[in-house]
Amino acid sequence: MSEELLGLTAAEQAARIEAGDVSAGEVFDYWRGRAAADDLGAYLWVAGETPDDAGTLPPIAVKDLFCVGGVPSMAGSRILDGYRPPYTATSVRNLQDAGVRVLGKTNQDEFAMGSSNENSGFGPVQNPWDRTRVPGGSSGGSAAAVAAGTAPWAIGTDTGGSIRQPASLCGIVGMKPTYGAVSRYGMIAFASSLDQCGPLTRDVTDAAILLSHLQGRDPCDSTSLGIPGGVPLPSAERLDGLRFGVWGMEEEGLEPGVAEQVNATLAKIEELGGSVERIELPHAKYGIPAYYVIAPAEASSNLARYDGVRYGHRSGNGDLTSMYEQTRHDGFGEEVRRRIMIGTYALSSGYYEAYYGTAQKVRTKIAEDLAAAFEKVDFVVSPTSATVAFKLGERTQDPLAMYLSDYFTVPMPLAGIPAISIPCGLSEGLPVGFQIAGPAFSEARILDAAHALEKSIGFEGVPVA
Amino acid sequence: MIEREQVLHVARLARLRLTDDEVERMAGELSKILEYVETMNELDLEGVEPTSHVVDLTNVLREDVPRPSWPREVVFYQAPDATESGFRVPSPGGS
Repeated sequence: MSEELLGLTAAEQAARIEAGDVSAGEVFDYWRGRAAADDLGAYLWVAGETPDDAGTLPPIAVKDLFCVGGVPSMAGSRILDGYRPPYTATSVRNLQDAGVRVLGKTNQDEFAMGSSNENSGFGPVQNPWDRTRVPGGSSGGSAAAVAAGTAPWAIGTDTGGSIRQPASLCGIVGMKPTYGAVSRYGMIAFASSLDQCGPLTRDVTDAAILLSHLQGRDPCDSTSLGIPGGVPLPSAERLDGLRFGVWGMEEEGLEPGVAEQVNATLAKIEELGGSVERIELPHAKYGIPAYYVIAPAEASSNLARYDGVRYGHRSGNGDLTSMYEQTRHDGFGEEVRRRIMIGTYALSSGYYEAYYGTAQKVRTKIAEDLAAAFEKVDFVVSPTSATVAFKLGERTQDPLAMYLSDYFTVPMPLAGIPAISIPCGLSEGLPVGFQIAGPAFSEARILDAAHALEKSIGFEGVPVA
Repeated sequence: MIEREQVLHVARLARLRLTDDEVERMAGELSKILEYVETMNELDLEGVEPTSHVVDLTNVLREDVPRPSWPREVVFYQAPDATESGFRVPSPGGS
């Protein structure tokens, strides 16, 4: 039975548990063994033993930045080395209440700042499809673990693409819900007006199951609303009458192999009864510039709390200010320092309006572009990433090249709307992701459309070793 | 173009020590990133309302009811330096 689990989705494993074919404890044990044997760098911590109450669903791999009571929760940062919070994030608690146990904590870019997982304070993660390549980021450990079969499913966070881009590069499903769908309480904050928790899974059904448990209003996060009507299991097999607006296919930098797979997917939409038309998002190209003001500005404020006083790393001799400055120099990695500097500069006296004020207006224009699109079409679709997984080290010397990795994924969090990435084929032997976005709180419709497409695409090839 | 002095000023605001090499590198990188960010200025944004958040909520209120917080030992446990009654930090100094 155990070895058979590897070939099953989480939902299928849950059905075996339910039927009494296998116990939840045996399932946990099996995955604990798989996770402990991970050699991609995907995990920062794996459960040492199987809990007495192993729940009712397969266990989950959790991105390091989710606080889990008594378990190392470091957001991939040396400044939080060894930190074990006294409480558990609401999203994780909701999963625990639903019968899901925590299998391990996954590697990530430090404080979720990155698109390749190379900014982790604890080393990079290798892509299971090609170990010389990145898994994407910032939820790179979660994506690699699911793709490599060292976790049945996982959660991550998406601020500018940090769930969808690694899902795309690793050939799995990843969804960023509407802002406010899932509580942010207990998620170590990066950019509070953008951060959102979501699932990384083998298929669309698993994503829907996780999201149905994750979502909900939480008194501890006053921006949380839950998803009205909840998240039903997706069942659609056709796309009759649905209109898909595709954008970005003329983008410079879009790899021909990626475009080819996306075009093949558009043809499948039409085979299933949907219609495809070109749409314009005239302000989409200003998404990255606006994002790289807003996110660092919010981060510079959120990361002010790491001062060597209450938890985490401390270094430096001398007076208090000198201790703060040395602690933050030594504890933060290069990219985090860079973003703190950009954000502090953008918020500093005399520059606020020119940078932060302008970026917030661009944010409005991008949201208006998307709202206008949804007057004409049901979904806005595109590649998730312009390229397949790139080589480790390829973009680390050029911050701007790395930032542009999020070109297709940044407009959605700026507008607060949900989007999913599903694998749609291979280019040069590496996975290509197809992104489907919808209006706020349209998760159920997006999941249904993704479900129908997933069946038609028939993507196989999780490179389980 | 960001000058070395500006980098040092911002680093002070952010309570971030940078080595001399890091100041140099940061000046170059920030200049490049900000130059790219400034492409936003091609847009006519006159009269556009800024978006600070995307959730249609205002003034989420709750009853102000006292409830127990974490016990001291839980709060102090993770601190780099703590006594039984507080966090210990270096002197703020005279300068």
